[in-house]
Amino acid sequence: MTDAPTVAAGAPHEGETRRDFLLIATSAVGAVGTALAIWPLIHQMNPAADVLALSSTEVDLSPIEVGQSITVVWRGKPVFIRRRTAKEIARAKADDASDLPDPQPDSERVQKPEWLILVGVCTHLGCIPLGQRATEPRGDFGGWFCPCHGSHYDTSGRIRKGPAPENLAVPKYVFVTDTKIKIG
Amino acid sequence: MTSPTWNNPVVKWIEYRLPVFSFTQDHLIDYPTPKNLNYWWNFGSLAGITLTIMIVTGIVLAMHYTPHVDYAFESVERIMRDVNYGWLIRYVHMNGGSMFFAVVYIHIFRGLYYGSYKAPREMLWIIGIIILLTMMATAFLGYVLPWGQMSFWAATVITNMFSAFPLIGEPIVTWLWGGFSVDNPTLNRFFSLHYLLPFVIFALVFLHLWALHVHHSNNPLGIDTKGPQDTIPFHPYYTIKDLFGLGVFMLVFLGFVFFAPNFFVEPDNYIKANPMQTPTHIVPEWYLTPFYAILRAITFDIWFIPAKLIGVIAMFGSVLILVLVPWLDTSKVRSARYRPIYKQVYWFFLIDCIVLGWVGFNSPDAMFMGAVSFLRIGQVATAYYFLHLLVVLPVLGKLERPRSPPESISAAVTKDSDTVTEAA
Repeated sequence: MTDAPTVAAGAPHEGETRRDFLLIATSAVGAVGTALAIWPLIHQMNPAADVLALSSTEVDLSPIEVGQSITVVWRGKPVFIRRRTAKEIARAKADDASDLPDPQPDSERVQKPEWLILVGVCTHLGCIPLGQRATEPRGDFGGWFCPCHGSHYDTSGRIRKGPAPENLAVPKYVFVTDTKIKIG
Repeated sequence: MTSPTWNNPVVKWIEYRLPVFSFTQDHLIDYPTPKNLNYWWNFGSLAGITLTIMIVTGIVLAMHYTPHVDYAFESVERIMRDVNYGWLIRYVHMNGGSMFFAVVYIHIFRGLYYGSYKAPREMLWIIGIIILLTMMATAFLGYVLPWGQMSFWAATVITNMFSAFPLIGEPIVTWLWGGFSVDNPTLNRFFSLHYLLPFVIFALVFLHLWALHVHHSNNPLGIDTKGPQDTIPFHPYYTIKDLFGLGVFMLVFLGFVFFAPNFFVEPDNYIKANPMQTPTHIVPEWYLTPFYAILRAITFDIWFIPAKLIGVIAMFGSVLILVLVPWLDTSKVRSARYRPIYKQVYWFFLIDCIVLGWVGFNSPDAMFMGAVSFLRIGQVATAYYFLHLLVVLPVLGKLERPRSPPESISAAVTKDSDTVTEAA
C-alpha cells in the first residue's frame, strides 16, 4: 500500500518500464560523454604540432666518399647514410637469395644502389647498432652489429642473425638533387 | 575489545564527529596481533617506513630538479654539489629505491614461506602484487629522470617493448614518447607520473592494511588465532619490535648512503644522455634484473608469435602470475613448517629467482666458467620459474602429506592444551 502512488505513476510491473528506458538512456549518454571527454586527455600525449613540424631533414651527400658512412639526426633518431662500395652492393645483391629472416631484395631497399639510407635503430629494443665507423664491429655480414642483444645486419641493413625481428627500417626520402636528399 | 573513554573535552568533541582516537586505539594500540610473530614480520612496517622516506625525500628533490633534456642532468649535479644537503637527500632517495625493493622482496618471500596468501587473505596478497607492479613502474620512471646514459637507454629499451604488440605496438610507443624517440616530452611526462605514482602506492598500501586488519596477520605456524590467549596488543609489543628492526635496517641503509652511495648504480649514468650512442652494456637496476633475464630468455618463435612478443609476455606474465598463487597452491596447510616437501622446493624457487637476477646482469652471449652461456642458464631458470608456479605448487598440494600443525598458537608453547581450548 505504501508504494502504491509510485507504482501508479510509472508503467506496469512486467517488461520494460519508462524508468528502465530512462536509466539505460542516461547511462549510455553518460558513458559516451565520459569517453569523449577522456579522449583529449589521452591524445595530448601523442606528438604535438611542433614535434610533428620537425619531421623532415635535408642532407647534403657530396662530402661523403665511397665506403664512408655518416649519421644524421631525423626526428631525434639517428639515420645511417652509407655510400656503399661496389663490393658491398654486390654482396647485398648476392644475399637476396639467402635465407633471410625478413625477406626483402636489396633493390627494394635503395633508390640508388650506391646510397643506403636507414633508420639506425635496432628493431629489437631500440639500441643503436655499431658499424658506422670503420673501426667499429660490423657483425658477421659486414653491415652493422647491435651490442645490446647481439643482432647482426648485412650490407643492405637486413637482419641476418640475433633477436631483432625485422630489417633496419628505410625512412621515406627523396633525392632533391643528385647530391641532396630530404628525409621525411 | 574494550572501548577506551577519553575525558579531554576537545578529544571527546572530535571523537564524536570523527572517531580518529578510537580508530588509532583499535588499529595501532590494542590491535590484537599473534604473539608468535618472528622477525620476518618486520618487513611490512619497514616497507611502509621506506615508502614514507621516499616520498619525503622525493618531494624535496622535486624542489630543485628541472625536467628538461637540457637541464635535467645538470640540475641533478647541482643538487649533488650546491644544494644544502642535496647530496644526502639524493643519495637517500637513490639508495632508498634499492632498499624499498629489498624489503618488499623479503616481505613477499616471507608470505610465500608461511602461506600468508591463502584464504582468507587472497585480496591482501593481490593488492600486494599490484603494489609491486606500481613500484616497478615508479622506479623505472624515476631512474629516467637524472637523464644519464642508462636513464635514456633504459627508457628506450623499456618503451620499445610495447612495439612487440602487432598493429597497436608502434602507435602505443609513439604515444608513450610524445614524439618519434625518447625526448623532452617523454622526460616531462615521466616526471609527472613519477611524482604521482608514490601516492597511488600510498593509497594501495592503505587498502593492503585494510585487508590485513579484516582477518589480521598470519603467523609462523600458519594457523588462525583462537582467542585472546593467542594474541598480544600491537602496542607496545610490536611497536617496540618494529622499532628495533628499524634500527638494524637503518644501519644497513645508511651504511650504503654514507659509505657506498653508488654501490647499486651503473657508472654510465653519470654520463649525460646521448641519443646517438648506446652504451655497450645496458643493464637495469638489480631489482629488475630477474625480469630482464626472463625477457631475454625467449629467443625462439612459437608458431606465428615472434620471440620478441613472447619475451615481453613472459616478462609481464612472471609478475602477473603471482596474483594466481593463492589458487595455484592447492595445499590447505599454510606454513611451510608443516609441509616437508614444499619447505625444500621453496628454497629452490628462491635460488632460481636469485639466479635469474644474476643472469640479468650479464650479457646473454657471455659464458659462465667458459662452459655455458648466460642465455642458456637464463632459459633454464625461466623454465623453472614457471614450472614451480604452474606445476609444482598445484601438484605438490595434492601429493604432499603435511604434518599436523598445533591446535593453537598457545597450545604450541604450553603443555596443558586443555585450558587453552577452554579459554577459546
